[in-house]
Amino acid sequence: MKLWKTASRFLPLSFLTLFLTGCLGEENLTALDPKGPQAQWIYDNMILSIIVMALVSIVVFAIFFIILAKYRRKPGDDEIPKQVHGNTALEITWTVIPIILLVILAVPTITGTFMFADKDPDPEVGDNTVYIKVTGHQFWWQFDYENEGFTAGQDVYIPVGEKVIFELHAQDVLHSFWVPALGGKIDTVPGITNHMWLEADEPGVFKGKCAELCGPSHALMDFKLIALERDEYDAWVEGMSAEVEEPTETLANQGRQVFEENSCIGCHAVGGTGTAAGPAFTNFGEREVIAGYLENNDENLEAWIRDPQSLKQGNVMPAYPDMSEEDMEALIAYLRSLKVME
Amino acid sequence: MATQKQEKSVIWDWLTTVDHKKIAIMYLIAGTLFFVKAGVMALFMRIQLMYPEMNFLSGQTFNEFITMHGTIMLFLAATPLLFAFMNYVIPLQIGARDVAFPFVNALGFWIFFFGGLLLSLSWFFGGGPDAGWTAYVPLSSRDYGGLGIDFYVLGLQVSGIGTLISAINFLVTIVNMRAPGMTMMRLPLFVWTSFISSTLILFAFTPLAAGLALLMLDRLFEAQYFIPSMGGNVVLWQHIFWIFGHPEVYILVLPAFGIISEVIPAFSRKRLFGYTAMVFATMIIAFLGFMVWAHHMFTVGMGPVANSIFAVATMTIAVPTGIKIFNWLFTMWGGKITFNTAMLFASSFVPTFVLGGVTGVMLAMAPVDYLYHDTYFVVAHFHYIIVGGIVLSLFAGLFYWYPKMFGHMLNETLGKLFFWVFYIGFHLTFFVQHLLGLMGMPRRVYTYLGDQGLDAFNFISTIGTFFMSAGVILLVINVIYSAFKGERVTVADPWDARTLEWATPTPVPEYNFAQTPQVRSLDPLFYEKIHGDGTMKPAEPVTDIHMPNGSILPFIMSIGLFFAGFGLIMLNMDNPIINPWIVAIGGLALTFGCMFVRSIKEDHGYHIPAEQVKADLAELKKGGN
Repeated sequence: MKLWKTASRFLPLSFLTLFLTGCLGEENLTALDPKGPQAQWIYDNMILSIIVMALVSIVVFAIFFIILAKYRRKPGDDEIPKQVHGNTALEITWTVIPIILLVILAVPTITGTFMFADKDPDPEVGDNTVYIKVTGHQFWWQFDYENEGFTAGQDVYIPVGEKVIFELHAQDVLHSFWVPALGGKIDTVPGITNHMWLEADEPGVFKGKCAELCGPSHALMDFKLIALERDEYDAWVEGMSAEVEEPTETLANQGRQVFEENSCIGCHAVGGTGTAAGPAFTNFGEREVIAGYLENNDENLEAWIRDPQSLKQGNVMPAYPDMSEEDMEALIAYLRSLKVME
Repeated sequence: MATQKQEKSVIWDWLTTVDHKKIAIMYLIAGTLFFVKAGVMALFMRIQLMYPEMNFLSGQTFNEFITMHGTIMLFLAATPLLFAFMNYVIPLQIGARDVAFPFVNALGFWIFFFGGLLLSLSWFFGGGPDAGWTAYVPLSSRDYGGLGIDFYVLGLQVSGIGTLISAINFLVTIVNMRAPGMTMMRLPLFVWTSFISSTLILFAFTPLAAGLALLMLDRLFEAQYFIPSMGGNVVLWQHIFWIFGHPEVYILVLPAFGIISEVIPAFSRKRLFGYTAMVFATMIIAFLGFMVWAHHMFTVGMGPVANSIFAVATMTIAVPTGIKIFNWLFTMWGGKITFNTAMLFASSFVPTFVLGGVTGVMLAMAPVDYLYHDTYFVVAHFHYIIVGGIVLSLFAGLFYWYPKMFGHMLNETLGKLFFWVFYIGFHLTFFVQHLLGLMGMPRRVYTYLGDQGLDAFNFISTIGTFFMSAGVILLVINVIYSAFKGERVTVADPWDARTLEWATPTPVPEYNFAQTPQVRSLDPLFYEKIHGDGTMKPAEPVTDIHMPNGSILPFIMSIGLFFAGFGLIMLNMDNPIINPWIVAIGGLALTFGCMFVRSIKEDHGYHIPAEQVKADLAELKKGGN
């Protein structure tokens, strides 16, 4: 029992140490380092609830350790302790105090719920508020900028310091849209339209995840939320909306033909052309990762095109194991050339 | 009517038994097997998550493991293990000779068992169910879910019937079979919590059965309850599932509370503090447990009004639970506490459960739950409730009632070692998972990338699982060792305990009490130790005791349901060997045929003559029991 007592004294201490040493997880992913007003509100209220609950736990632990220290039966002590049936005053106390503590937590709960459900435009920006339609697919994300008239896949761009409103849909099964460093998550549900809003305080690349089990590759359904200053964001929007120019390089131009001949364009839109059965490729050359999680280099890209199933189980992209080396090289060059930002 | 039971072979005896004590032991064995199976799956999953981007299990296999781990642990391990204790202890604690319907009791066990077997068979037919234990549509629908989900639907449907009829049996037993003087407000708390838990089963397993039936119609007969493109609604499933699923937590945890409320007073040598408050707190928890199901769905898009109502309703559960926590603490306060293995588990339950409870309140704050929902924070929370609450109390109950059930003690040294290894492993595994969730790790992920700051805590968590596994191995060693070398128990009351089950001789005769005892107080045995001569006063003279005959019918009826379920699953198989309808209808015919036989066959049971009972009593006196 001594061991336990010593160990348990270290528990809160080690917890504190973890925080002090900054062991909060990766910046731009962890919710313990909030980067937006919604995430900040959640963080503050989480801390409030931790403080209240820590008080309760400390009281319970204190009583428990006093009992451990004081009320052990000594060998040979056969005395029968006093049989008490209860104590009304004590029982009222530990009914009323929790009720008060819960009221303290219930007030922000209700205000916060309504605050997060607000889908009015940002008063600062008015008509220029960014609306993004999010669609969850097995196992990738589609982002439609319907007012601007283009589609983006995997990476979603937003302006810094503005409330951005997301309209959430699901194509096949349930998914859940989550950018931990910026705020909470809301599910995408087939047949139902949900809304949420997020705001980023500073520019950066924030990691997003799918939080609802959606099949074998649920774990790999990551995406990036890229927050840009308003002028950069506008430039990006302009680039995404512009007509796609023919690639200047001959190899890339050859690759464009490979792309069309192999019906890649049947699923992957480039500019306004093609369908959105798979992620759009308009700005593919600017992505950090492919398939949501693989580093965007030539080797990975080739491996992916030749056998996508082995890298992301259950996805619907057909494999191209027999594509010639030349075609592959050209195709990769073409994909690399797809950029909208200079 | 026979006056003497015929001699039977051992296997036939166990297959046909209707004795609540033997059924309890069968529940214990079946539950333990499923517990080990689901535990090994958990171990495999943690090994897969030990390092980032491991290739130990594929995404598909991992999903099958999470689904089966959750489903088995809740339906086929925790429930039957609690039923084992309920079956053994309830009739003894209320001074009854058996449960109200011994035949139905056996039927309940066998249906549960064959339902579990049906679910487990999925591995041999192309893989287990893979949509999570909640089986959310559309992932579990015909379009996305494989054959494994059919095994899930029908396996749970069959085993659910077993749970339901067992619960009804407990309800009737507790209302009708109490010994003279055992008023409702003198019931031991384990009986009270089992009673309320059985009521919850009655009201929660019926919506589950309805939901599973709808899903079955969708999957096998192309109905469209849950298909959005055909006008169905996928959120409907979540409501039906959680109207069952949330009370399910209380179905399991209330009897666990009951075990704690038996063990703590016994080893503190004090009566339970605030008995009446404990009873009413249990009722309030059960009632509120039904009112808050939608807190599992805060992120589904129900809107701010519904989210607020369910959030605040959920928080209120903390009040009656808090009452219980403090009552347990003050039961120990001022006592003379013996810390043997059972008490170590029971007392450590209290602070551990508080840690799970406080995160429950945190989760109830709907807008903050937008962060926690479907992350490892939730995984940590409910494992603190289920392992830190239910499993710890199951171990407490095992060490406490083991001598009564098996006639020998479990080894204390091995037991204490088991406690420490398991308990440290438990905190190591699950405490860091709170942080993992906050650091951005969603639940149900088979892998995670290496550059996200999640490596260290995942590694620690897996190490904890090794400790827990080592603990369970120590328990198994303990059981085997004690069976051969353990201290034999022949006295009725090895713990100097307080309740009626310790007034029966060890081993317990098949009729439990030679004479029904007269109950004069709460904690009746303790009352007699203080105010009487330490033995229960009989409420009746020694007479012939009427006992039910064993029957093979429950076993055959369950096999019938097993085949009925299997036949329906065959409808979705590519090349069934025989026509599925023959199997399904044949199975049902077998079950209904047995019901018909049971209805027309006259079976009046048999009597143990008074002379025999008197001889037993004299024998006991000689042995100094």
